Amino acid sequence: MKTRRTSHVLLSLLAYAVALVMFFPILWMLLTAFKTEQDAFSITPQLAFAPTLESFRTALEQGSGYWHYAFNSLFSAVVSTLAGLLLAVPAAYAMAFYPSRRTDFTLVWMVSTKFIPAVGVLIPIFLVYKNLRLLDNLWGLTALFTAMNLPLLVWMAYSYFKDIPRDIVEASAIDGAATVQTMWRVVLPLALPGLASAGLLALILAWNESFWSLTMTDHKAATLAVYIASFKSAEGLFWAKMSAASVLTVTPIVVLGWFAQRQMVRGLTFGAVK
Amino acid sequence: MAIVELKNVVKNYGGRKAQGPNAVDDFNLTTRDGEFVVLVGPSGCGKTTTMRMIAGLEDLSAGSIRIGGRDVSDVAPRDRDIAMVFQSYALYPHMTVFGNMAFALRLKKLPQAEIEKRVREAARMLDIEHLLERKPRALSGGQRQRVALGRAIVRQPQVFLMDEPLSNLDAKLRVETRAQIIKLHRSLGVTTFYVTHDQVEAMTMGQRIVVMLDGNVQQIATPHELYAQPVNTFVAGFIGTPSMNFLPATVGDDARSLQGEGYRFRAGDARAAGLAGKAGATVLVGVRPEHLKWCGSGDAQAANHLAGKVDVVEPLGSTTMVQVDVGGQRITAQLDSAIAVEMGQPIALTCAADVLHLFDAQTGQALGLPAQA
Ligand SMILES: Nc1ncnc2c1ncn2[C@@H]1O[C@H](COP(=O)(O)OP(=O)(O)O)[C@@H](O)[C@H]1O
Ligand SMILES: [Mg+2]
Repeated sequence: MKTRRTSHVLLSLLAYAVALVMFFPILWMLLTAFKTEQDAFSITPQLAFAPTLESFRTALEQGSGYWHYAFNSLFSAVVSTLAGLLLAVPAAYAMAFYPSRRTDFTLVWMVSTKFIPAVGVLIPIFLVYKNLRLLDNLWGLTALFTAMNLPLLVWMAYSYFKDIPRDIVEASAIDGAATVQTMWRVVLPLALPGLASAGLLALILAWNESFWSLTMTDHKAATLAVYIASFKSAEGLFWAKMSAASVLTVTPIVVLGWFAQRQMVRGLTFGAVK
Repeated sequence: MAIVELKNVVKNYGGRKAQGPNAVDDFNLTTRDGEFVVLVGPSGCGKTTTMRMIAGLEDLSAGSIRIGGRDVSDVAPRDRDIAMVFQSYALYPHMTVFGNMAFALRLKKLPQAEIEKRVREAARMLDIEHLLERKPRALSGGQRQRVALGRAIVRQPQVFLMDEPLSNLDAKLRVETRAQIIKLHRSLGVTTFYVTHDQVEAMTMGQRIVVMLDGNVQQIATPHELYAQPVNTFVAGFIGTPSMNFLPATVGDDARSLQGEGYRFRAGDARAAGLAGKAGATVLVGVRPEHLKWCGSGDAQAANHLAGKVDVVEPLGSTTMVQVDVGGQRITAQLDSAIAVEMGQPIALTCAADVLHLFDAQTGQALGLPAQA
């Protein structure tokens, strides 16, 4: 009994220690955001300092201003997620309820495209975008995000649909529902928790995306990733401003994640019909 | 209400290039209007497949299906005017009981008042009025089952299809619901196909029973006919509990008497014709356990006589199930419990001539059945 309690305590301490190590950089960033550049740069880390909003004030005005980038991030994340769901739901529906001999292969192939590192397709996509005049274009970036998240959305939607007993879908067909009616009135309501978490995940991935944002946009369509990167300058002190910008960038998504976490866990761990 | 006709219906799951055995092979049946037809057979014999083809959930590989005179072979399920009760009930989990029952009526765009009326009426019949606002997950198995029935009833369809609707209920509830379904059928008079693998359920519910094996229809008959005149050893052994006893016997020169080690029989008038020209051949004699009687010493000369040794005795209260070793073959007899039998004791049994069944020893086909009506 005694040894078990001791090991339990030790394990808890270890867990807290690991959590602290993981959380420390974020905490440090948060603290740095409220320091002056001099304090932030000082070699001896200072825990006690006079907090200031100075860095936030400058950060908000950097480049085209925080709100410009925030709008682009929000727009591309939301629109790409909606577009992704719009494309993924019918595709997954067909694969789940009207499978053909090629369905399994198609699914695996779609996911396998995620195995290719993004740089691997950078040049072709860049050239195509250049010729289509989609570089630094918000719609272009949104389309990229849509494509980027599509395999994930199809795969997740497919597995939620698969979880719905076939009998229920057939019962609806016998009850007189056309395919579209079955989809709207029976399948989608049942898959909704799952689809919502898939959508949230896509939203977060798009919001946090930096590779394509940095390579395909400049300022017109630039997102918060570009905004943060823009603080990294060769001369002058930028740690506090960059931390402030990072805080401004991650806060919305962390808040969203906080409110959505129960939904996410429910959707990701349970089947659609429970 | 409608007549359902299945003509040469075949199902092969291989798709366009048929492969393997047919799941359903050459199924022919014409129901009467309002008939209660039971499909029965061991698991995998094609009952569900047949049902799904009637529902339109499965394409036919060959043949045709007509409902109420209309060829529906290529008609979608939603346009067949049928209702189905699934083994799993398949209730819509996100709708209330009312919503489940009203679903089909709403799709048909019936006026709200009519929907309300029909749902309440069906709910009253099934005694689920107090559950109308609940979700399926808040119901017991038996209640879900009744909601599934209710959802079918409100449709007022031409045909009911029920695929093992009672197999998820406990024994007591199963018997109750069985009676309820029969009552519903008698009052609604809708042509019904009912699938079960339980021969007792089939016998108690069916007006006509289709016995299937490996995709083939073995016999289509009333419960009494199935019991009294099974067409082959499979049907004979499948219908009735405990199962019929089969004993090989040599046909005597008179084409009437039958002889085996430890037993002798004399075919009744009705069946004797089946033995014509078979003198010296071997046939299978079938006799049901409940038709075997204890045979006192006075009956030693009885025309039908089996002698053996008691192997197992199972008292069931009103009757006693006795397993007897007759010349090395194990047979079952259901005897009056007043008769004292003990393990290891010799025993003699007899039976009436007209309860004997005769089967061809090779093909298993019944011999001497009256010409099929
Ligand atoms: N979707 C299917 N694909 C391939 N074979 C099937 C399918 N459904 C049933 N079968 C086969 O068809 C035969 C009949 O099955 P089924 O109609 O379900 O039998 P039952 O309902 O009498 O148990 C079985 O051999 C089964 O394996
Ligand atoms: Mg079945």
